[in-house]
Parts: sequence; C-alpha cells; structure tokens
Amino acid sequence: MLHGYALGAVMATFLGINLFGLFGQLLVGLINGSFYALLALGLAIIFGLLKIINFSQGALYMLGAFTAWMALEYLQINYWWALFLVPLTVGAFGILLERFLIRPIANEDHLYSLLLTFGVALILQGLFTDWFGSSGLPYAIPEELKGGTKLPFMYLPNYRAWIIIFSLTVCAATWFMIEKTKLGAYLRAGTENPQLMQAFGINVPLIVTLTYGFGVGLAGLAGVLAAPVYSVSPEMGSNILIVVFAIVVIGGMGSIGGAILTGLAMGIIEGLTKYFYPEASNTVIFLVMVLVLLVKPSGMFGKEA
Amino acid sequence: MNLMRKSLITSALAAAMAVSATAQASLSDDKVKIGVLADMGGVYADICGQGCVEAVKMAVDDFGGTVLGKPIEVVSADDQNKPDIGSVKVREWVEKDQVDVVTGMVSSAVTGAVTKVLTANEKIALIAASASHAFTTKACSPFNAHWTYDVVSLANGTVKPTVQSGKKKWFFITADYAFGHALEKVATGVIKENGGEVVGGVRAPLGTSDFSSYILQAQSSGADVIALANAGSDMVNSLKTAAEFGLTEMTDVAGLLVFTPNALALDPEVAGGMKLTTGFYWNMDDQTRAWSKRFMKLNNGKIPAMPHAGAYSATMHYLKAVEAAGTDESKAVMAKMKETPVEDFFSRNGYLRKDGRMVHDMLQVRINTADERKGSNDVFTIEKVIKGDDAFLPLDKGGCAFALSQK
Repeated sequence: MLHGYALGAVMATFLGINLFGLFGQLLVGLINGSFYALLALGLAIIFGLLKIINFSQGALYMLGAFTAWMALEYLQINYWWALFLVPLTVGAFGILLERFLIRPIANEDHLYSLLLTFGVALILQGLFTDWFGSSGLPYAIPEELKGGTKLPFMYLPNYRAWIIIFSLTVCAATWFMIEKTKLGAYLRAGTENPQLMQAFGINVPLIVTLTYGFGVGLAGLAGVLAAPVYSVSPEMGSNILIVVFAIVVIGGMGSIGGAILTGLAMGIIEGLTKYFYPEASNTVIFLVMVLVLLVKPSGMFGKEA
Repeated sequence: MNLMRKSLITSALAAAMAVSATAQASLSDDKVKIGVLADMGGVYADICGQGCVEAVKMAVDDFGGTVLGKPIEVVSADDQNKPDIGSVKVREWVEKDQVDVVTGMVSSAVTGAVTKVLTANEKIALIAASASHAFTTKACSPFNAHWTYDVVSLANGTVKPTVQSGKKKWFFITADYAFGHALEKVATGVIKENGGEVVGGVRAPLGTSDFSSYILQAQSSGADVIALANAGSDMVNSLKTAAEFGLTEMTDVAGLLVFTPNALALDPEVAGGMKLTTGFYWNMDDQTRAWSKRFMKLNNGKIPAMPHAGAYSATMHYLKAVEAAGTDESKAVMAKMKETPVEDFFSRNGYLRKDGRMVHDMLQVRINTADERKGSNDVFTIEKVIKGDDAFLPLDKGGCAFALSQK
C-alpha cells in the first residue's frame, strides 16, 4: 500500500515538477485563454473589418458586467437572460456610438478613432466610479453552475468549465459566420471595397454599423461571463484591455482565427508563468509580443502588409 | 540639478522664515487651513476619496467652523495614487496657499512622498488611510500622526489569534508591491513568533484579474490558512476565486486588509465567516451609529470605511489641540495632541504616542453570512476588542530615532 503511494508520488513528479500541479495550471490557463479569445475576437472583428482601433472595448466589457448586475438588482433578470439580453443592450449602445461619434470621423486617420474610443472609455469608467463607487459589486454564480467536479489532478469548478465551453462555442460560431458563410462574404467584401459593394446594391454603412455593434456585443457578453468570477468594478476593463490588445497584435491585427488561437495560447503561457515565476505573469505576454513583432511584424496569422 | 537644489533651499528657507515670523501671532494668516489629499476617482476612491473630504468638513462643522475666533477652511485635491502628483500638490499647499495641516493620504507610496514635504515645511500630517507602518518607525517624523490602523495592527489582530488556535501552516498570496511585501513581512513575523510556519507563497502583480493559478498552488501547499496580503479588487478577486475552487471549505482564508466597501462587494456566500481586523465599524454602538448615520447622508447613503472615521477623529483632535495651544504653530499643536487622550466615537482608549502612532483599540470582526444579515449594511459582527497596546507595534521595537531619544 505504502509502495503504491510512493510510486504514484514518483510518477506525479518529473524533473522536480509536480505534474498534477502542472496539469491543473494548463487547464486554468486554457480557461483564461478562452476568455481572452472571446475578448480578442471582438477587437479583431472591429479592427479587421472596420479598421477601427477600438480602445473602448475594455470599458464596454465593464459595461456588460455592470448591466448584468443592474438587470439582476433592479429588474430581477437572472444570469441566463442576462447572457442573452446584455450583449444586445451593449451592442445597441455600440451602434449608437458608431453612428453618432465614430462615423463622422471615419475618413480621418485611424488615430482619431483611437483617441475618440479611448476618451469614451475614460468617460464610461468615470461615470461608473461616480455611480457605483470604486470597490465593485457582488454578483453570485448562478445556482445551476455552482459546485465543481473533482478531476484526478484538480478541482474544476463548474462555472469555469462553462466559461471554456461557452466562449469556445461563441468563438467558433463567429469565425464560421465570418469566414465561411455568404453573410460573412458580404461583410468582408463590403469593407474591402465599399464602392463596388454599394454598386451591387448592398447597404455598406449598415453593415459597418452592425459589425461594430456585434464586436462590441461580444465585449458585453464577456462582461456577463466575467461578472460571477471577477470583481465587477469600473477598473475591470482597463486592467484587461492592454493584454487583449497584445493578443490581437500577436495574432495579427485583424485576423479572426489568429485572435482566437492566440488568446488560447497566451492564456496557457500566462498560466505556466504564474506557476514557475508569478512575478513575470503580467509581462510575459508583452515579451511574446515583442519577439513576434521582431520576427514577423504582421503577427502570427496576419497577412503581410 | 544645481538650480533645482538652489530653489529647494530657497523655498525651505522662505518657509522657515515664514514659520518663525508667525510664531508670535496666535494664528498664521488669520485662519486654519486643512488640506485633504485623497484618491478621488481611482481604486481607493471608496476608501478615502470624496468621503474623506466630507468627513473632515463634518468635523469642522461640529467644531463650530471657527477656532480661536478665526475661520477654518478645507481644501482638497486628487493625488491619483501617484507620489509625484501628491507631493507637488502638497508643496503648493504649504508653500503658497498657507495650508497648515494635511489629512487623507491613502496609498502608502504617496504618503511617503508627502510626509517628507510636510516635515521639511514643519507641517503636520494626519495620516488617515495608509497602511504602511513606516511613518512611525523607520520614516517617522515629529510631524506625523498615523491615525486609523497600520499593517502591524492588522497582522496582530488577524494572524495572531489564528496561529494560536492551532492553524500553524500559512500560505501567502501577496500583492507584488511595497504594501503587499510589508504586510507579508510583518505577518510572517507574527506567525513565526507564535510557533507557526510559512509553507509557501506567491507574489501576484497588482491588478491581476485571474487568481485561479495561485489558488491551485495554495491548494496543493497543504497550508491551514491562506493569507491574502493584498487589497481592493485584488482581495475581492482572490477571495472569489478561492471560494469558487472550494478552498474556503477546506482551509481558512484570512484577508489581511479588508475595508467595509470591499466586504460589501463580496457575495455573502463567498465571504461569510471570514475574520479580519478593522479600526472602526459603523454598527458598534450608539455613538458609532449616530455618527455614521450623519455621515451616510453626505456620502451618497454609503456606510463609512475606517479611514472616513479616522479622518474625522484626527481633524477634530487637531482642532481641539489648536484651541488648547492657542496657536496653529505645528510643534506646539503636536505637543498638545500628544498630551491629550484621544477619546471619541472612533477612538477608544486612544492616545497619540511619541513616535506619532495613534494607539487605540482595534476590532476583530467576522463577515456575516447571508442569513445573519439584518440589512444590506449589516456586514460585520464584532468578535473581540483588541487593546491598542496589544495591536500596535511597541514604541521600543519601531526604531523611530527621534522618539527613542526623547525621555
């Protein structure tokens, strides 16, 4: 009996590394990565198709989490409905943003829309700090997803399993829609050559507005997904935005599949760093970004300019 | 560089002359001006932001609005948690705007920079919100008064009884900057003194949103207690994750610095039962309730965090000392502040020690579970009152040179 345990302990350790611990880290890295992928996807769509560097994506993610909280608190709308309604609300907000603020400067240099969306982000963050304070708000995990499953190497909370399944499904569906369907083809063509598409009778400005709304809606969706596990606070978006931008840059600005795959990969790399050298965990992604830019300036999956 | 040094010396000289010129008059520039330096829109805005300004104004109103027959004025500024911004503002206040005393002060990094400026200008710092114990030990000054709490009192209040109850093995999740390191170091000292050991720890960068990796490491460490040496959203995020991964059911989790707004930001199901130490709780007795009720009207209906109460108490004690000393000259006022006991709704059995530490009773509390809560603000139950002298670092252990050389 004693022997068995000793053998197990030997097998679970390789080169001084606790393998069970390592598996656990890989899995939580993957969960985080799927979350990054969802956020990066929205950014990549908005940049890839509309050429807008959307710095308000983090604030809109925050808006999603707060909207879910308000829906529950004031209207008794539960998590499941919020998962459906909040992205629509945030998306609608994005549509207004595009229609009235971004479109008037659409023909200017990209820097203008970057500054504009950055300003919008700061205003949103300031407003929410003023309304709800800086400490954050509580949001419980929905009853159906409480608890967890005991795996041989770790305890996997059900909600984390849900995050990975749900966000990967959304990512895959979005990728399929844009890259493989007729609607996606219109979208890509409309942004590649607007005049030609207009001539075919396609309403290009409408496509642009809806695409922006969709990309922003994804941020709102990520916000709802994050609310039960992360602190719902005005700063939550600005903390994560820079990382997500780095992911989009590594993946190749505008590459949709690239953003998804890079999101997953970076989650895992960050997870491993947290295990081996936690102090570097918030810089490792930027290190990868620098290396990738040096070797392949257009990013891992980007088209050469 | 030379030019800057010259201008520094000139301004220091000018300030010194200004002080000596006004020493005879009862009040410099015919008023007492209080500066409130706080985080108005950042992560600590709920801890000590506009709320601290309101608390100070409340103290001024309660005092009657005048001292020695002259008006009391309150000015405020946002330090954005940045030491450079804070010290530039305070320099402007004391050198140009005749500010006599500065309170608020949240981030320990800002306070470190600001107290240097104040000491150079011989102006009093009433530190209401910072955690580091440096301001009354290594970086102490005859012009510092550290009011509400510090890392030592938190560690003594929370860590000591837990180790003594038999939970000997500790694991730290520490915020990777000066405050977290200080808290971890002090807590480790307390653990070892009481026969416990630290079995591991991680240093998580400030603003980490996902703590699951660290929680897994804590889980496999075999520790009896996971100590969270972090604050604000880092604390909230790490505790949420610990609960999600079932850690709170298997081991104890001890939040080393939890303000009431943070406790309110946590689902009672997650945080209920956790023990922590605080310098003040609104619902302790009639006195605290009466003050808090008045304060809530000025603070958008939100209950006070301990720095709010501390800022009021410190301001009130300062104004009383000005009145008693018959002057606003800092040394005379500080002498009065140190010889008068501090007894009010906030401070129980309090006194301002030679090294500037305001020693008062601290509270060991437990976060209420959902069933225990009688209202949305019913967040803590007080378990024990810790005597001030047991909570704070003794004078002779702090190494504050000027205080130790005094008899």
